[in-house]
Amino acid sequence: MKKRRCIDVWKLEARPEPSAFWRIASPLLALVLTVILGVLLFMALGKDPVKGLLVFFWEPIRSGYALGELVVKATPLLLIALGLALCFRSNVWNIGAEGQYVMGAVFATGVALLAEKSSGGWFFVLVLCAGLIGGMCWAAITAWLRDRFHANEILVSLMLVYVAIMVLGYLVYGPWKDPMGYNFPQTKTFEAATQVPRLFKGSRINIGVFLALAGVLVLWIFLFRTSAGWAQQIGGLSPAAARYAGFSSRRAIWVALLVSGACAGLAGALEVAGPIGQLTPYVPVGYGFAAIIVAFVGRLHPVGMVFSAILMSMFYIGGELAQSRLGLPKSLTGVFQGLLLFCLLACDVLMNYRLRWRSATTRGLA
Amino acid sequence: MSHEALLELRGISKQYPAVLANDRVSLQVMPGQIHAILGENGAGKSTLMKIIYGAVQPDQGDIRFNGKSVQIRNPQQARQLGISMVFQHFSLFDTLTVAQNVWLGLDNSLSLAEVSRRIRDKSAAYGLDLEPERPVHTLSVGEMQRVEIIRALLCEPRLLILDEPTSVLTPQAVDKLFAVLRQLVAEGCSILYISHKLHEIRALCTHCTVLRGGRVSGECDPREQTNASLSQMMIGSEPPALVHSQRQHGELVLDVRQLSLPRLDPFGTHLSGVDLQVHQGEIVGIAGVSGNGQRELLYALSGEDVRAAPDSIRLAGQPVGQRDPAQRRALGLHFVPDERLGRGAVPTLSLAHNLLLTRSEAVSRLGWVNMSALAAQASAIIDKYQVKAGGPQAAAQSLSGGNLQKFIVGREIDAAPRLLIVSQPTWGVDVGAAAQIRSALMALRDAGCAVLVVSEELDELFELCDRMHVMAQGRISPSLSRAQATVAKIGSWMSGLWTDEKEKVH
Repeated sequence: MKKRRCIDVWKLEARPEPSAFWRIASPLLALVLTVILGVLLFMALGKDPVKGLLVFFWEPIRSGYALGELVVKATPLLLIALGLALCFRSNVWNIGAEGQYVMGAVFATGVALLAEKSSGGWFFVLVLCAGLIGGMCWAAITAWLRDRFHANEILVSLMLVYVAIMVLGYLVYGPWKDPMGYNFPQTKTFEAATQVPRLFKGSRINIGVFLALAGVLVLWIFLFRTSAGWAQQIGGLSPAAARYAGFSSRRAIWVALLVSGACAGLAGALEVAGPIGQLTPYVPVGYGFAAIIVAFVGRLHPVGMVFSAILMSMFYIGGELAQSRLGLPKSLTGVFQGLLLFCLLACDVLMNYRLRWRSATTRGLA
Repeated sequence: MSHEALLELRGISKQYPAVLANDRVSLQVMPGQIHAILGENGAGKSTLMKIIYGAVQPDQGDIRFNGKSVQIRNPQQARQLGISMVFQHFSLFDTLTVAQNVWLGLDNSLSLAEVSRRIRDKSAAYGLDLEPERPVHTLSVGEMQRVEIIRALLCEPRLLILDEPTSVLTPQAVDKLFAVLRQLVAEGCSILYISHKLHEIRALCTHCTVLRGGRVSGECDPREQTNASLSQMMIGSEPPALVHSQRQHGELVLDVRQLSLPRLDPFGTHLSGVDLQVHQGEIVGIAGVSGNGQRELLYALSGEDVRAAPDSIRLAGQPVGQRDPAQRRALGLHFVPDERLGRGAVPTLSLAHNLLLTRSEAVSRLGWVNMSALAAQASAIIDKYQVKAGGPQAAAQSLSGGNLQKFIVGREIDAAPRLLIVSQPTWGVDVGAAAQIRSALMALRDAGCAVLVVSEELDELFELCDRMHVMAQGRISPSLSRAQATVAKIGSWMSGLWTDEKEKVH
């Protein structure tokens, strides 16, 4: 005998067009969910969740100095994310920004070590240019392999991250090791002339933040107001249409990778010639990977990424503070980054689908 | 009528966020009736069929099947009731055999051998010659449709729904299909036949319900109607008549000589020795069933495939075989592809931004896009070609197929091309829009442009073209003037049987 049974269920119903509301609301909902999960995480670890949240979301904005540190970390994240957004919009999946960042730092160091006590104050410009070229060269390897041999850029760029870190290790443990450095694996501290000018006394913020904000403007103009920018993105949106229009997919690959390599390389140069002041094995801290999350949480939109870079920077600082204040491991930063990305991916479903409460009849055997 | 209806719809309404797709639609399908559903694109035919097939739930109204009120929750339930549907777009796996494909689509658990046996029985019973063991990728489009029909018939339907079944068939295959359908009806099955081909409906169907704007706008016996009276019911007014003006054609614009290309994808077609000329002020048509090299030829002509020998394609005297689409566009070649979403237009971008694919009037020399000029340009095309859209900022994917096609055709014609190549200009486009597109093409021809039309619809080619070729198996037939072309001749050439290549008529 068959019998009918009525049950009420949530159903996902496809939207005719992606919802503009959820495009903005989805990252915010993802943030709320991340915070809720964070609270549960703190409770599970036996820590006071209020204290935990304060460390992550209040401490980084509590004082002028704290705000400065927030900006210092948000700057490289934003710079790298700008380049990645261009890549992702062009359907070029550069996952190796970390490697391009490291090579930027290496090239910048190469130039910075040439500086002498008497070098002029403009020397830092050379250092930054070197970093930019370094990142570009590293990304060019991926672009060439993809263009020439159709090598998958995800794998190539990712593997090149580890090669770049090895190169860095070789240099700081070998030829570039500071002879006066008590055998620590690091170069000598750079000359003052190579230092990127700081904006305020008592804060580590430097002109890098202006470069990043200029990048936001330039990327926005390129993406939304130039024909080359549209052509670049159409390859990502529908490759057949790009082919029909005659937009070169090879050109799109090269532009995307060279620009994002340059951005990541510049970020690396700003880091060694800025807050760090020398090349050490601790330069790669995962900015290149975190920037992927920054790019997606910021909806690949130049302005959106300003906010997501600040948020991600909070997670970095929060993780460091959680270590000293709460006695939790620093890897909490990574946990929060991952939670945010997963929540975002889940929430993005709402952009294309709506939830409907409706009763559904199922047939079952009695 | 003395006996009871097999299917009865009463006051069916379905509201989508943007449109009222069905507005209190009522209709009755009698046993053994071939019932046509006629309507323009967006008239609500598909929604209504999906409601009957259980794929969409109506907001209001009753469905009675076989005298009993039913609620059809999903297609499985529809099939249990005895309702089967053959969709316009096939859902077959290329790499599997016919039997495996049918087996996957069946609800009940039969063995594969049993399914093969039943396929043989059914195909013998209906003269649908089909080998269960053949892989689907080796089948012609007509044969693939037979697989879909057999799959539907294996459910022993009492009501069979066919959505635009003839859009991919040769005239001969259409006749065969009609014979099968008539046999089914004689055995007591009812058929709901969706189409916008008026003469087919008149030839086949015994009853017709016309939909316009989601409502029933008329019911009739199509055998007693003319094309004009049917289309009047469908679009509310007479479609603009096309006037052929005889004019002398001018200089050679497109000159294709001995174009041969190996196929790029394994299911494609090799092009061999294609010869084709198009002059100013003439429309040349290429007839033939899809998959006989049209796609490959168009790729080579548009510049999306640049492997051709430079000299094998000459555009306005210049060898362009290896130039990219933008370079060919600079020489005056504009192209309307048959894939509108994803090739002719980027689905998620606005109509205005879609202009940037082929038009650069709103782009300054430095590459700066003037957004207001771009929007104005899009608005002008929308107005001129009567595109129903939310405005220049509406996303391409929000338009119906016919309206998007009007926009794309408008975009390319507006560029004042020297040569316009159009593939399937009115595929899936409603009668009103189709007539509009055809008259725009003829106006372009009269203005001295060279036009090349690739189409599967013979009626359309007969209506438009001054000369015709037929494509079959990657080769192209000699040209026929319209006076020489007959349906029978073109139909037989579609299987590749034309006499010696050297016997050029033109």
